[in-house]
Amino acid sequence: MAVTTDSGAEQYNFDIVKKFAVMSLVWAVVGMFVGVYIASELAWPFLNFDSPYFSFGRFRPVHTSAVIFGFGGSALFATSYYVVQRTCQARLISDGMASFTFWGWQTVIVLAALSYVMGYSQGREYAEMEWPIDLLVEVVWVTYLILYVGTIMRRKQSHIYVANWFYLSFILATALLHTFNNLAMPIDLFSMKSYSLFSGTQDAMVQWWYGHNAVGFFLTAAFLGMMYYFVPKQAGRPIYSYRLSVVHFWALSFMYMWVGAHHLHWTALPDWTSSLAAAFSILLLMPSWGGMINGIMTLSGAWDKLRTDPIMRFMIVALSFYGMSTFEGPMMSLKEVNALSHYTDWTVGHVHSGALGWVAMISFGSLYHMIPKLWGTQIYSRKLVEWHFWLATIGIVLYIVAMWISGITQGLMWRAFDEFGNLQYSFVESVAEMMPFYAMRAIGGMFFLTGTVLMAGNMFMTIRQGKRENAILDAKLAHA
Amino acid sequence: MEWLMWFSKYENTKPLALIIFFVTFIGIVVYVYGSKKRSQRLESYRHIPFLDEQDDTKDKQ
Repeated sequence: MAVTTDSGAEQYNFDIVKKFAVMSLVWAVVGMFVGVYIASELAWPFLNFDSPYFSFGRFRPVHTSAVIFGFGGSALFATSYYVVQRTCQARLISDGMASFTFWGWQTVIVLAALSYVMGYSQGREYAEMEWPIDLLVEVVWVTYLILYVGTIMRRKQSHIYVANWFYLSFILATALLHTFNNLAMPIDLFSMKSYSLFSGTQDAMVQWWYGHNAVGFFLTAAFLGMMYYFVPKQAGRPIYSYRLSVVHFWALSFMYMWVGAHHLHWTALPDWTSSLAAAFSILLLMPSWGGMINGIMTLSGAWDKLRTDPIMRFMIVALSFYGMSTFEGPMMSLKEVNALSHYTDWTVGHVHSGALGWVAMISFGSLYHMIPKLWGTQIYSRKLVEWHFWLATIGIVLYIVAMWISGITQGLMWRAFDEFGNLQYSFVESVAEMMPFYAMRAIGGMFFLTGTVLMAGNMFMTIRQGKRENAILDAKLAHA
Repeated sequence: MEWLMWFSKYENTKPLALIIFFVTFIGIVVYVYGSKKRSQRLESYRHIPFLDEQDDTKDKQ
């Protein structure tokens, strides 16, 4: 293996990493604020203000796009550019292309949010953007792919480290998913509206092939790439088993593609498709837990770090939530369980145990590791990191417990029959039953958001401290 | 081209797909765990994240 000891910023393009890292924090605050707002709308409906511009329907995709693509996407761009350069010991092949991906991606998020508030949506979950924005995503994403592959091709290290495999599978799969799910015919060149090339059940099938693989490759594989680099770095010891990571990668990449149809149990979808998806969902438990064990066991022999290092705690709790979500998901994909859980808040709780517990926590841990290194300084306040950790953890627990109770209550109320075979409860009765849990969920979200605001402030001060220290160092060098 | 029709039947393609994917998976597992020498080489890649920084300390395992 080639060994390079030069850690100089000139060797790598860290400017682009810094930009994406900062925007990741900005979108985290914005997206989570909108999330708390819409959760509050459900608990206290007056917050809709009888205005379409404030309605849940328009704000919900603003929340999902801001947190998934804004926060998660920017964190992935930042960490993938950081990891690929450091593990390949090569600079990104083009600063211009890197800069284009930054401005292009930020434009996508802003345009998407504005268009949703204006009422434009193609009604596909996690792919609500209308066709002109889809085209911009396509161009940015292909540029990202070229940049990433090009950088790997100019590597000084003979082996491609496994984190890059995960990032690359995320980039490739997202390109495929985005392209095929958004095949549509605009009604007019100057209209935002378009019609999907697919219809009926096939359209639903394509959407959930996209939807679940967005979870599988965008929200899982990519963040596993983050995990395979940042957990060893923060722990100061290499990954537990490299061979397990190879098996993890191939098994996960292969199995995820088949499971999307479990979102369509008990619908017009052919039964065998539904069963196939459930079978693969159950199989998926094995690679998922293999990966979780690989990450957690990296700390083997250094468990004390969990007590002393709050950043490590973020990462290990993230892996624990990854394990929990990837157990809950296969269980919910069973047709009998799904008959109870589908269309209820249990699904919302499941998504958030993955999104907050896994995706956000591993991103926070990685950003806490990376940002001080990028600006050549120490974290401004470790105490605030501790506070952030507990606020986030309490927030997640409040959120998912509320949604479990609410979801199972909904499921049971909707399937209850009276002695004459009529539905025992009207829908609105089930809504009224949910109100305390909607308030509890909103409060959980507030905890999580408060932690994120603390992090943004802490990182702002860390960056300022780093700039000040560098300025002093430069002044000293100038005098010397 | 009559033989291509064989692929149009689910009862043929499903077991075929199963065999192809199962054999591929077993092949990967055998490749990864089947040889001591290869295992050592693969495990040596664990250290890549630590190769480009002077100040990153690595615990001894």
